[in-house]
Amino acid sequence: MSENGKPKFAMYWAASCGGCEIAVLNIHERILDVDANFEVAFWPVAMDAKYKDVEAMQDGEILLTLFNGGIRNEENEHIAKLLRKKSQLLVAFGSCANEGCIPGLANLSPMEALFETAYHTASTENPEGILPQYEYDVPEGTITIPTMYPVLRTLDQVVDVDYYIPGCPPESHQIEAVIDAVIAVLKGEAELPPKGTVLGVGTSTVCDECSRKRDVKKIKQFVRIQDVERIDPEICLLEQGILCNGPATASGCTALCPAAGAPCAGCYGPANGVIDYGARMMASVASVIDSRDPDEIDAILDGLVDPAGSFYRFNLAHSLLHTGQASWNGKGS
Amino acid sequence: MTNEFDPVIIGFTCNWCSYRAADMAGTARIKYPHNVRLMRLMCSGRLDPTFVLKALAGGADGVLLTGCHPGECHYLEQNYKALRRVKLLKRTIAAMGIEPERVKLVWASAAEGTFLAKEIGVFVEEIKALGPLNWPQRAGINGIPVHQPEIEEVPA
Ligand code: SF4
Ligand code: SF4
Ligand code: FES
Repeated sequence: MSENGKPKFAMYWAASCGGCEIAVLNIHERILDVDANFEVAFWPVAMDAKYKDVEAMQDGEILLTLFNGGIRNEENEHIAKLLRKKSQLLVAFGSCANEGCIPGLANLSPMEALFETAYHTASTENPEGILPQYEYDVPEGTITIPTMYPVLRTLDQVVDVDYYIPGCPPESHQIEAVIDAVIAVLKGEAELPPKGTVLGVGTSTVCDECSRKRDVKKIKQFVRIQDVERIDPEICLLEQGILCNGPATASGCTALCPAAGAPCAGCYGPANGVIDYGARMMASVASVIDSRDPDEIDAILDGLVDPAGSFYRFNLAHSLLHTGQASWNGKGS
Repeated sequence: MTNEFDPVIIGFTCNWCSYRAADMAGTARIKYPHNVRLMRLMCSGRLDPTFVLKALAGGADGVLLTGCHPGECHYLEQNYKALRRVKLLKRTIAAMGIEPERVKLVWASAAEGTFLAKEIGVFVEEIKALGPLNWPQRAGINGIPVHQPEIEEVPA
């Protein structure tokens, strides 16, 4: 508890894009409920804070920490472990912390390739070809930056996690529901859910929330959405040959993307009971292909140009294989 | 102790055909390499790609799936579904840098014990040529531990 008697709240970003922070602020005036019920003790995006202030806290002094981002470097890991110690409730917030998300897709590539893309391709102006150095000598002494790890890990691959809130980013109405639930617990009106609960999701799949019409799923050809002249506004996208990850994805977003005419990319993560997200997608997709002929099957599968990237777009770092071989030997994609 | 690579292969067999074929091979004392640990499914169509990924992630060097010949599946079309799943799975693991040849599908009827034993021998040689996969050791790069599938106790 702080001097004003309010429990402490923290939010941190590791390897992520910053969208999760925006999503929290995007709950509009409901953010005032957070302020009314918590003292914001540490939230680098929203207010000035120093790591040493957190280091000086008692263990368990923070009641609730929302941690977004994956663990890609030494600093991410250090703060994850520090916040674990200082927090009573540590929540993996957003797809990166839960499953690796887009930063986790980099587990398919060796580190050199990542640096090459980041510092030496057309989108970066770097005429002298400068690369960050972990250690650099200046007149005042040696300065260091955190070392990068060869793969990204999810929060629960590094520390013990109490609750999970998936989504890229989590939807406002889901964040509000979780905040309401926490406040009810603070007021003694409700009890905490069992440790390990995934919060802010439905119990079913995106398909279940999707209002598109399903008939017989029989696919003779896969098409990329940018190559489709006219997308039928009412029929299931998968039935139109557009790869849609709805069948494997947890409900909770109200099937936003298919409603807008875009296939579900899977940002809400694996549906209840799914062990490996990509495996569930592969099982579903193979089931709806309408062919018994080996050559024809191959021709149909040629339409899926990026299987690893499509089936594991958000989930690679939390999949059974976790990484591609390239992350350690340069082989593969 | 020899240093020769002794691969670990997980084999999923259909109850109605290849599991019986393997049984027959055993009864007929037809030898096949010890490398394959066979597991019985009710049908090749029961193969969830999760099983294969779990095997590879847990240390297997290869995975074999065997089912009834096309047109002979006891659940009508399921072996065609298995064929599509295996084809798709091979593409996905290839994109992750795993040789797709580490996963193989073989059709074998209940009468084909000799054939199945021979096919197992061929697959073991193919995996030996590819070398160890060693996923659990290699995915924990530079001492950074990663999530590995839990080993479940299955009551006998
Ligand atoms: S596959 Fe996609 S479009 Fe079809 S029902 Fe599921 S979520 Fe909707
Ligand atoms: S439809 Fe899929 S990708 Fe779109 S918001 Fe929902 S879970 Fe995320
Ligand atoms: S019953 Fe044997 S493959 Fe289906």
